[in-house]
Amino acid sequence: MAFPGFLADYTVQTVIVGASLLGLCSGALGCFAVLRQQSLLGDALSHAALPGIAIGFLLFGSRQLSILLSGALVAGVLAALLIVLLTRRSRLKTDAALGIALSLFFAVGVVLLTHIQNRENASQAGLDAFLFGQAAAMLRQDLWILGTVTATALLLVISFWKEFKVVTFDPDFASSLGLPVTALEIVLTTMIALAVVIGLQMVGVVLMAAMIIAPAAAARQWTHRLETMLILAMVFGAVSGITGALLSSLARGLATGPLIVLTASGLVLFSILFATRRGILWTAIHARRQHANLITQHVLTTLYQLAQNHHNPAYRTEQGMVVSYYGDAGNRALSELDRLGYVKPARHLPEEGTHWILTAAGIKEAERILASLHPVES
Amino acid sequence: MSTIDPQAARSENVTNIQVDARHEPDLAIHVEDLTVSYGTKPVLWDIDMDIPPGVLAAIVGPNGAGKSTLIKTVLGLIRPAAGHVYIHGKPYRDQRRLVGYVPQRTSVDWDFPTTALDVVSMGLYGRLGWFRRPGKREKQRALAALEQVNMSSFADRQISQLSGGQQQRVFLARALVQAADIYFMDEPMAGVDATTERAIIEILRKLRDQNKTVVVVHHDLQTVTSYFDWIVILNVRIIAQGSVADVYTAEHLRAAYGGQIALLQSNSFTKDTQG
Ligand SMILES: Nc1ncnc2c1ncn2[C@@H]1O[C@H](COP(=O)(O)OP(=O)(O)OP(=O)(O)O)[C@@H](O)[C@H]1O
Ligand SMILES: [Mg+2]
Repeated sequence: MAFPGFLADYTVQTVIVGASLLGLCSGALGCFAVLRQQSLLGDALSHAALPGIAIGFLLFGSRQLSILLSGALVAGVLAALLIVLLTRRSRLKTDAALGIALSLFFAVGVVLLTHIQNRENASQAGLDAFLFGQAAAMLRQDLWILGTVTATALLLVISFWKEFKVVTFDPDFASSLGLPVTALEIVLTTMIALAVVIGLQMVGVVLMAAMIIAPAAAARQWTHRLETMLILAMVFGAVSGITGALLSSLARGLATGPLIVLTASGLVLFSILFATRRGILWTAIHARRQHANLITQHVLTTLYQLAQNHHNPAYRTEQGMVVSYYGDAGNRALSELDRLGYVKPARHLPEEGTHWILTAAGIKEAERILASLHPVES
Repeated sequence: MSTIDPQAARSENVTNIQVDARHEPDLAIHVEDLTVSYGTKPVLWDIDMDIPPGVLAAIVGPNGAGKSTLIKTVLGLIRPAAGHVYIHGKPYRDQRRLVGYVPQRTSVDWDFPTTALDVVSMGLYGRLGWFRRPGKREKQRALAALEQVNMSSFADRQISQLSGGQQQRVFLARALVQAADIYFMDEPMAGVDATTERAIIEILRKLRDQNKTVVVVHHDLQTVTSYFDWIVILNVRIIAQGSVADVYTAEHLRAAYGGQIALLQSNSFTKDTQG
C-alpha cells in the first residue's frame, strides 16, 4: 500500500489505530457516564489508576503493559469501592467522595512514582509517561488489548442496549421490571474503568477523563436520540484520536495525548456553539425567527379582526396603522405575508399610502391561528 | 365496600404470631410488620397494610411520611429492615408481571435523549426479556397507550420538550402498556391542570372497573372522597386504613397531619366525610 510519507511509519500507524480504537470505546461508554451524571467518576478512576501502575511495577518489576494495566484496574476498582463506602457510610455527597478518592489515590501514586524514580534509573522505569501519556511507546501488540476492550464494550452495549438505556434513565422503574440493576450498573462502571485504563498509556492519568466526557458531551448537543448520540460520540472520539495522532506526527515534539484531548475539547466547543437544536447559536437564531414569526402571525390576525369588525372580508387596512403599532417589524411582517400570499396590496385613493387586503388563503390561515390559540378541551 | 377488616386481621396476628400469612391470596396487597430505615432512622415503623383487589386506593400523609418509601419497599426497590410483602399471596419477585409502576415524576432526568414513545415502550422491556428489541408490535402497543392518555400527537417529541402534565401522562402510558393487575402510582396528579387531572382519574377509574387494583399516593385531601374508595392514612405508622366512607375522618387526619390539620379543617372536605 502506498502511504503518504509519514503514514508509512510503523509507530505512526500504531498510534493512529490505537487512538481511533480508544476514541470509539471511550466515546460509546462516555455516553452512559455523562447521562448517569458520573462524569467525575472517570476522573477519579483515572487518577486512582496511578498507584496501581506503580505497585504493579514494584511487585513484578516489569514494564509490560498488561501487568501495569491490571494494576491500574485493581486500583480503580478499589477507588470505586471506597467511593461507594464513603457515600453509604458517611454524610458525604458523591462529589465529595469522588474528590477524596481521587486526591488520596493520586497522592499515593505520585509518592510511589518518586520512590521508583529515585531507586531506579528513571528513564528505564519510564512510568512518569503515564502522567501525560506517551503514545510513541505504544507497541503493535498493545493494540490487541485496546481492540479487545473496545470490541467487548461495543458488544455489551449492543446486546444490553435496552437494559442499559432504562437503567440509565430510570433505575427504579428498571428494578421494578425485575432487571438486575446493580449488576448492570457494575458492568457499566467496570467497562468505563476499563476504557479509562486502556487510555492511560496514550492520554495519561491527568487528561483521560476528558476522553470519556468530551465526545459524549459534544454528541449530546446534536441529537435527541440515544442511538444517534452514541454513534456521534464514537465518531467524535475516533476523529479526535486520529486528528491528535496525525498532528503530533506532523509536528515533531508535540505530545499526542494532549493533542487528542484538545481536539475533543474543540469539538465540544464547536458543538455547544453551533449544534442544531441545542447549540447556542442555533437557539438564538431560532428564537429570533420565532419572534419574527410571532409578529407576522399577530399582524395577520390583527388584519383579520379589523376586517371582522368592519363586516367586510375585503377590508383595506392602511399600512401606517400596522406600523404605528408594530414599528418597523410591522413592515417586515407585511412583506412576509405578501410573499406568502396571505395579503395583497391595494390603493384606496391615489393620494393615500399603501393599504392591504387579506386574500382567501390569508383568511383561512388567520382562522387556523386563532383556533389554535383557543384549543378545544380534550 | 369490602369484606376485609384490617383491624381484625391485625389483632389475629398479635394473638397468634405463628399464623402463616402467606396464604392471603384474596388480598391484592398484604404487608406485615414492615419496618424500613435509612441508616438508623426508621421512616416506616411496623406497617401492616391490606388492600383488597379491585379498589382505587389512596395513600395520604404529610411530606416525609414515608409514602414513596412504602411503595418502593412493596416493589422491592428498598430492602426493609423487617417485615414481608405479598402480592396476591406471593412475594413480589414472583408476581412482577402483575405489577405496574408510575414513579414520582421528579425522580428522573427529563433531559435524557429520548422520545415519549420510547419511554412508553420501556414498560414492555420486562416482557420482552433479554436480547430482544422492541419491534413493530411493541411500537403499536406503546402508541395505543399514548392514545389512551391523549398524547399520540407527542409520540416523537423529545421528552424534555413536554410540559410537566404531559410528562406525567407519558409515565402513566408507560405503566398502562405493562398491562398489569396492580398499579402503584406515586403522585400521578402532582402539578397537572384540572383537565389533565380529570383525564387521569378517568383512566384510573377505568382500570378499577376492569377489576384492577390501583394504589395512588395522593396529596389533595379535597378530592379524596370523590376519587377513591379505599384509603391508607400514613405517617411513619399506619394511622388508619379501610374504605374511605369508614376511616376518612377528621380525627384520623389530625393524627396524621398533627398541627397542620387546623389549616386543613377550615376546608369543606371534613364535612363531606361526615355527610
Ligand atoms: N435516600 C434516602 N436517604 C435517607 N433518607 C431518606 C431517603 N429517601 C427518603 N428519606 C427520608 O425518609 C422519609 C420518608 O421519605 P418519603 O420520600 O418516603 O416521603 P413521602 O411521604 O413520599 O414524602 P413526599 O410527600 O414529600 O413525597 C423522609 O423523612 C425522608 O427525608
Ligand atoms: Mg414521595
